[in-house]
Amino acid sequence: MLNELWQYVFAVLVWPGILGAGALGFLYLWVARKLMARLQGRKGPPFYQPFFDFVKLLGKDTVEPSGINRRLFYALPFMSLASMALGLVIVPVPGNAVGSFPGDIVLLLYLLEVPVLCDVMAGYVSQSIYGQVSAMREAVMSLGYNLPFLAAVIAMAQKAGSFRLGDLQSAPFGLVTGLAAIAFLLAVPARLKSNPFSIPNAEQEIVAGAHIEYNSAPLAIFELSHALEIVLLFDVFFVLFVPRLGNSMANAVLYIGVSLGLIVLATLTAAMTARFTVKRAFRFYWLWGGLAAGAAMVIAVIG
Amino acid sequence: MNPFAKLLAVSRRKSPWIYVLNSGGCNGCDIEIAPCITPRYDAEQIGMLRQGSPKHADILLITGTLTKRSHRAVLDIYSQIPSPKAVVAIGSCPASGNVFAGSPTVDGPVDKYIPVDVWVSGCPPRPQLIIAGIAQAAQLLAEGRTADQQRKAKPC
Repeated sequence: MLNELWQYVFAVLVWPGILGAGALGFLYLWVARKLMARLQGRKGPPFYQPFFDFVKLLGKDTVEPSGINRRLFYALPFMSLASMALGLVIVPVPGNAVGSFPGDIVLLLYLLEVPVLCDVMAGYVSQSIYGQVSAMREAVMSLGYNLPFLAAVIAMAQKAGSFRLGDLQSAPFGLVTGLAAIAFLLAVPARLKSNPFSIPNAEQEIVAGAHIEYNSAPLAIFELSHALEIVLLFDVFFVLFVPRLGNSMANAVLYIGVSLGLIVLATLTAAMTARFTVKRAFRFYWLWGGLAAGAAMVIAVIG
Repeated sequence: MNPFAKLLAVSRRKSPWIYVLNSGGCNGCDIEIAPCITPRYDAEQIGMLRQGSPKHADILLITGTLTKRSHRAVLDIYSQIPSPKAVVAIGSCPASGNVFAGSPTVDGPVDKYIPVDVWVSGCPPRPQLIIAGIAQAAQLLAEGRTADQQRKAKPC
């Protein structure tokens, strides 16, 4: 019993939780920044940059906006971080000691929505006009990209006939997997808030998005939470759409490789595109995302 | 110095986020700050990022003369930057008023209101000098030698 408890504590704090995923998330953030810089003909930041940014933010004093709900203001980043840490634990990535359980995919989908809700609330609680615009955009966007995202996951669950991540992982490959993977990939840039879907944090239009009034340690926690969100998203992609290798070492290498491939893909997309308006992004997701996800769903139900 | 303080000092040196404030100049220095993030100078190599909100910044870049109408805004922006913070005055205007000195609308040097840590001279200074000034301010932040940190450290 005690042993099992320690196993959970280890999973949340070290791997695949905050420490391990935080390091991976910072690595991916650096890859994105470095690749973007190289594509623009710049040198780019050194690889420890996101880590030093994080530590520096932790060591600063906090400036509070006046007239805010203080408890909510400080609780939001930690809620976002906690939901991501718990979400990471239930995904069966290589080296995860905690087992999969029936219905964990439903829990995971709920946990994935928590940072979005936290961002929306952060925008409103800061009482900044930019924050409120960003919160509204984020809420609309989440209605958009969640159609292909959720439909892709549900189509895979329908095909496997189970809501357990472990079963989905061992499901055979087919047309559904390909279509659902396309729908999932379409939703990735919006989840990462990178171009062309960097609508909620459009820095040239609304300064810094929902985090505009956040500074020092709360902002650092939000950054860490975003890094974990990236890792969790890639974890889900790895579990749902990537075949397993027999060797556990090869599996771990494949896991890192697929994640790096995804961040490179997202950065290339971001470098090549300009920001959509909210309306166009929404239409894109409900038309093309909806088509891919709908086709995957129909084939999963019929086949 | 304990390891955590050391790590924090290194982080402050490696991650200067800047906020640019024009307190009433001719825009020449702002035009020279923009190339700092272009391929030729690329200050992101030393971790510099330009922030849109003063609350995310560590270093305040002030350009232009301090006019009578803008000194309240300068104080306001300065107080919105979370400590520890540094101030870099870009160009000759914040120091002396430059060609605008003696004008009835000019209030005087910037350090009449807020403490300035690094002066970058020139009209306008070259981007290399501006980046050097930012790097020096980041070094001061790491060593705890900015005016803001000194004021905090002194017992009142």
